[in-house]
Amino acid sequence: MDNTINITLKVWRQRGPKEPGKFETYELKNISTESSFLEMLDVLNEQLVQKHEEPVVFDHDCREGICGMCSLYINGQPHGKDAAVTTCQLHMRRFNDGDTITIEPWRSAGFPIIRDLMVDRTAFDKIMQAGGYVSVNTGGIPDANAIAIAKPIADEAMDAASCIGCGACVAACKNGSAMLFVSAKVSQLALLPQGKVEAAKRVKAMIAKMDELGFGNCTNTGACEAECPKSVSISNIARLNREYLCAKFKD
Amino acid sequence: MATIDSKIPKGPLAQKWTNYKNHQKLVNPANKRKLDIIVVGTGLAGASAAASLGALGFNVLNFCIQDSPRRAHSIAAQGGINAAKNYQNDGDSVYRLFYDTIKGGDYRAREANVYRLAEVSNSIIDQCVAQGVPFAREYGGLLDNRSFGGAQVSRTFYAKGQTGQQLLLGAYSALSRQVNKGTVKLYTRYEMLDVVIIDGRARGIIARNLVTGEIERFGAHAVVIGTGGYGNTYFLSTNAMGSNGSAAMQIYRKGAYFANPCYAQIHPTCIPVHGDIQSKLTLMSESLRNDGRIWVPKKKEDAEKLQRGQIKATDIPDEDRDFYLERRYPAFGNLVPRDVASRAAKERCDNGYGVNSTGLAVFLDFKYAIDRLGKDVVAARYGNLFQMYEKITDQNPYEVPMQIFPAIHYTMGGIWVDYELMTSIPGLFAIGEANFSDHGANRLGASALMQGLADGYFVLPYTIQNYLADQIQVPRISTDSAEFADAEKGVKDKIAKLMSIKGERSVDSIHKELGHVMWEYVGMGRTKEGLQIAMKKIKEIKKEFWTNVFIPGEANSLNTELEKALRLADFLEIGYLMAIDGFNRNESCGGHFREEFQTPEGEALRQDEEYSYVACWKYTGEDSDPELLKEPLDYEETERKTRNYKN
Repeated sequence: MDNTINITLKVWRQRGPKEPGKFETYELKNISTESSFLEMLDVLNEQLVQKHEEPVVFDHDCREGICGMCSLYINGQPHGKDAAVTTCQLHMRRFNDGDTITIEPWRSAGFPIIRDLMVDRTAFDKIMQAGGYVSVNTGGIPDANAIAIAKPIADEAMDAASCIGCGACVAACKNGSAMLFVSAKVSQLALLPQGKVEAAKRVKAMIAKMDELGFGNCTNTGACEAECPKSVSISNIARLNREYLCAKFKD
Repeated sequence: MATIDSKIPKGPLAQKWTNYKNHQKLVNPANKRKLDIIVVGTGLAGASAAASLGALGFNVLNFCIQDSPRRAHSIAAQGGINAAKNYQNDGDSVYRLFYDTIKGGDYRAREANVYRLAEVSNSIIDQCVAQGVPFAREYGGLLDNRSFGGAQVSRTFYAKGQTGQQLLLGAYSALSRQVNKGTVKLYTRYEMLDVVIIDGRARGIIARNLVTGEIERFGAHAVVIGTGGYGNTYFLSTNAMGSNGSAAMQIYRKGAYFANPCYAQIHPTCIPVHGDIQSKLTLMSESLRNDGRIWVPKKKEDAEKLQRGQIKATDIPDEDRDFYLERRYPAFGNLVPRDVASRAAKERCDNGYGVNSTGLAVFLDFKYAIDRLGKDVVAARYGNLFQMYEKITDQNPYEVPMQIFPAIHYTMGGIWVDYELMTSIPGLFAIGEANFSDHGANRLGASALMQGLADGYFVLPYTIQNYLADQIQVPRISTDSAEFADAEKGVKDKIAKLMSIKGERSVDSIHKELGHVMWEYVGMGRTKEGLQIAMKKIKEIKKEFWTNVFIPGEANSLNTELEKALRLADFLEIGYLMAIDGFNRNESCGGHFREEFQTPEGEALRQDEEYSYVACWKYTGEDSDPELLKEPLDYEETERKTRNYKN
């Protein structure tokens, strides 16, 4: 039979972006240690609905660590204390009987709160729309094997491309910087021959949009890399800076 | 009785698509700008369609329920995407991909659609590489391939265990580019709640702004549904929490046929269920079957000891292990199609050979691959999957075998479409998993990504023009008409009714009840009696839902319980459709296994004389059973055989 634990939750509740928020305290009993963190929140919400109260609102979807929708700040860490996981992959076996767990939304000027633990991350879409692509239309494309790409380069591009756009990097950063997110896309495309053609234009456009949307700058604390659920490396930020400087020098 | 016209072009199979494209009507660039197209969904099909239509110059409105198009559940596909490139020189061809897909679908798919799918598969790979999708490569710099179930060639392209993510991000980036250009407007956190029909044509949708709760109207010259499958009818599935079949049910109620609802795919390699508060099941990619070996103990006493936790897998010597897939299907071994692998696991567990405390799990063992290839090679191929497994189960698959069990994963059935991907309502199209067209009764691995992108990049952008060419004189659709007002009122009334019930049950508690009935009676093994019980029970649960559900909060505000309730109202209808379709189909084929119809060896027994047709269900009203229409399946090119994966 599963082990179970009793826990106390302190959950941030906030009705809307302009309304004041506060912590509410909830007691949960007999939570299976096999369940995921979000399944524990399901139990809380089921109990709230049974009491005819409104459930805690939080973003979640795939529940297997890839969609990037879940976004909780758990005991002061984005996605909780387990390394290289999203909140949905965090399991209750990482907690002890009697623990008090504090749950907050991402807190950043770039991500306004919608309600409770749900935030608005459309800023990331806007940065992508500014230049996070290769300008090709559908069709009229050469054969996929027409250009050979060295395996180490392809692998490095893949590592950068593994970013899930969850925003933990911004939430972890004391400056609210989106540099890890931006650098992951800039790196992926700058490494590949397909993306090199418009690399200079891309990096300038994405950085300009990032600045415009109110994200802070990078001061190399490394918090983003430490909290990234996909372990995207800050060496991408170095590449981003290099790409940006080279692009600017050419102007 | 209405007749079904699939509009399959005349001529030899291999020339149908080329002939179609040569003779179809097109819309000139100046007119494209004047035409609006609504695309609902931003998964592989929806995003690729919206991006491609925008690039052609149409004015596109693209909707999704998540906060960003990049979240759509296509992102979770792990293993890969098929294409007939024959880069491995192992005998692949368009014809062979076509044939494998037809055979894998147990001869219940349309030949012409499947051939077209195989034909455009190669262009998809080219397209994705051009977008910067970082597919796995060999040291020489060329693309690598792996094998998937139901094929004897290596034709699957992959990006680590994150192929769906990389393909979706490719489509999302193409979509983002069109947003920047102004051809596509995104509506995120919006949920479609009805389609609007004017003079028999789809002319718009009613959608709810999920943040404000406001009900809004959107008009267009054509509407495209790319909203995925309905696997969450079972409550527990590998689908995302928000995946739903509501858009499909809305258009079904307006007259679009629902085809083959009983064809649901049960994926053999998922992490077993752990408890009653579980919210979803996690898939372990089929690619693991390239190198993992599936087994249970030969001796029942060993299985019983495993179930009681008295011994571990590693205590059982090789000679006492039953590699039952290799034993039963020597030619394909661990790489038999999903339906076959799932039923074989069920057969062993039903007979008492299950390996965990519930008796509902088998082993997937990498010991042999690690001995053969070394841990580094195995880690390079499957490292992220192993990590995912360990995070969930707290067990290290490098040291102990994985435990797996089948789970609901994909629905082959869906909205009926003709060769042009148009539903039975003019101007309304369905693409990707939301339609029924290409996978027959069982989908092969790595074919969902292929179909979603084929529909969105290379099929719909052509076929929709054949419809829109007649629409260039139609002005922008005004949303002030009586039809829009009626549809909006219908949506508002339904929401008001749900909010007013004020009963005692949560949405999830009723959904779980539906899920249990579906898994028990409309799951891996179905019987005539069981399906009758399912239909009766689903009606009871539906009544319970409409009289005793409780939804807190307000309708005109963000309300996640209301969102779930609206979706569950539709799952209840889909569940019933699945049961009635399964009851009607007195044969076993692909994902639909009727226990009365099996060979002495336990294999699916089709009844080609009677059931070689697409079952198209037509809505007849809230409280009456739907009407069955049949689209006969003519096989011109392939000879229907009993599927054989033994030799």
